[in-house]
Amino acid sequence: MSNSIQQLADSLSAVFAEKLVSVEIEFNEVSIEVTPENLLEVTTELRDNPEFEFQQLIDLCGVDYSQFGQDEWQTDDASRAGFGRGVDAATSSGRLQFGDELESLTPPGRRFAAVYHLLSYVFNRRLRIRVFASNDDFPVVPTVTEVWNSADWYEREAFDLLGILFDGHPDLRRILTDYGFVGHPFRKDFPMIGNVEMRYDPEKRRVIYEPVTIEPRVLVPRVRRNDHRYLEDVGEDTEDGADDA
Amino acid sequence: MPEIKNYTLNFGPQHPAAHGVLRLVLEMDGEVIERADPHIGLLHRGTEKLAETKPYNQTIGYMDRLDYVSMMCNEHGYVMAIEKMLDLEIPERAQYIRVMFDEITRILNHLMWIGTHALDVGAMTVFLYAFREREDLMDMYEAVSGARMHATYYRPGGVARDLPDAMPQYLESRWRSKKEADRLNQNRQGSLLDFIEDFCRRFPRYVDEYETLLTDNRIWKQRTVGIGVVSEDRAYQLGFTGPMLRGSGVEWDLRKKQPYEVYDKVDFDIPVGTNGDCYDRYLVRVEEMRQSNRIITQCIDWLRVNPGLSMTENHKVAAPRREAIKADMEGLIHHFKLFTEGYTLPPGEVYASVEHPKGEFGIYLISDGANKPYRVKIRAPGFAHLSSMNEMAQGHMLADVVAIIGTQDIVFGEIDR
Repeated sequence: MSNSIQQLADSLSAVFAEKLVSVEIEFNEVSIEVTPENLLEVTTELRDNPEFEFQQLIDLCGVDYSQFGQDEWQTDDASRAGFGRGVDAATSSGRLQFGDELESLTPPGRRFAAVYHLLSYVFNRRLRIRVFASNDDFPVVPTVTEVWNSADWYEREAFDLLGILFDGHPDLRRILTDYGFVGHPFRKDFPMIGNVEMRYDPEKRRVIYEPVTIEPRVLVPRVRRNDHRYLEDVGEDTEDGADDA
Repeated sequence: MPEIKNYTLNFGPQHPAAHGVLRLVLEMDGEVIERADPHIGLLHRGTEKLAETKPYNQTIGYMDRLDYVSMMCNEHGYVMAIEKMLDLEIPERAQYIRVMFDEITRILNHLMWIGTHALDVGAMTVFLYAFREREDLMDMYEAVSGARMHATYYRPGGVARDLPDAMPQYLESRWRSKKEADRLNQNRQGSLLDFIEDFCRRFPRYVDEYETLLTDNRIWKQRTVGIGVVSEDRAYQLGFTGPMLRGSGVEWDLRKKQPYEVYDKVDFDIPVGTNGDCYDRYLVRVEEMRQSNRIITQCIDWLRVNPGLSMTENHKVAAPRREAIKADMEGLIHHFKLFTEGYTLPPGEVYASVEHPKGEFGIYLISDGANKPYRVKIRAPGFAHLSSMNEMAQGHMLADVVAIIGTQDIVFGEIDR
């Protein structure tokens, strides 16, 4: 199994060369990163080239990396300053309230990504493609609906939940949220309690929307530990991640 | 000549044949479907967002509520993703228990499917039969986890607890006479395994019953043969997995092709259809029930003679036993850490998938090294299947839409997430 994974990574590097930003093997899975400009060319090749034959797009999902590596409870410096309760700062979507804002921690052009999972039935192997949208305020990625038709709804979902626009998509409407919903709920700066709540107003005799009144409530603070409990060989990655935060 | 216009019909969201809260906007030419536009999301609960604010173990319960007719298979996908990241070894007995309950779940799901599919198409009796058997299967769930449906039984590192030695009994009550309770308790005298074994002995005959009612039934065939035909190529393109893909003639089953747990040690066959219509998918699923029954029987035989751990002893992810918490300092610390903060995963990302009764159920998990996931994406098989509704229903009659919804085995818990 691991042999064929290495083989796939090698042939990917050989065929696409500089079109790939990176090729990685992690947890026995191959991931490649592609720029939006090269996406269509690479995906079409992955589907049609007899060396790959990824007939199916298993999954497509959007990711908002803006709070990657952010925690709510300092554990490293705690012996000097003492432990906080870890509930004060609104640093995650779970604790955000109406009107709160979160700063993006990622460098420009690394916030929104679309992640594709492919499956080849011929070779029985999987591949992950990641595409970062270059503009954080107006994230655009080309559509792959022409390559794999199943991308249609997946792209609508990623647009709905994260606001990633898929250029060339035939019918980019919201899919999971309510008719007339405002905002993109899976963005990290969208509060988990939402922005509005809805009720029936007996006087106006219709359903009305109001700012949300419930209190955000997260019981367990988000904690990152660099104690390498499970890490032997991925230890270096942890250090890098901590620096970013 | 009068001008003939297309007619737009709104189907659902409150419709008995919509399997929950599907709203279909159908553009019709007479009684023929020109375009079908499913509106989904009426059951969207933001499971993936909720998971981001909770320690890993607290999300297992949400997984049950995704596809609420095949609960444990959802859990399985989720815990497998975590185990893959932690590189966690789980005891063989736990693997057998998981496989056994995966297959119990598959039967549970397929019974629900056959009942509702037949009911939608016009056969009332199958529904009643299928729910009779589902009751026994949910009793197995209850015996092992305490809940009839939302079990939260699989945990990273194994299963919550070992199989019980006794089945819960029915009691005499105002609604149930002594005689009736005794009759129900007849096959519940032994352990859970005895009860399951008894069920496995009876079950093939039950499947025969369903088949007597449907397989050669003239009306059933008229309603399903040649309806919703999907070719092999289109099935790949549309993202079909599971019975939908096998119905189109692709011999593909993750349990065989990418075996997880102990599926490579049990003996079973993959049924494959030829025409890719609703009838073939029906035959595939019926045969899958028989095969699941075979797998369960093999698991019972193994579990009877191989006692052992059902949960890993790595106490960084699994709580120690109660006695250890009371007697041992380490145990107390582990317990405290696990139930306040949880465990952290190494930074990185994995995709883990299981052969769910409906298709490939996958969990894409991104971790940044915290005690909560950074992002969880649930790959629900039904989502891809429903997205093909337009293509499958085009050119068919209005009544066939119901047959197609039935054959896609739609459950909104997983589609809307």
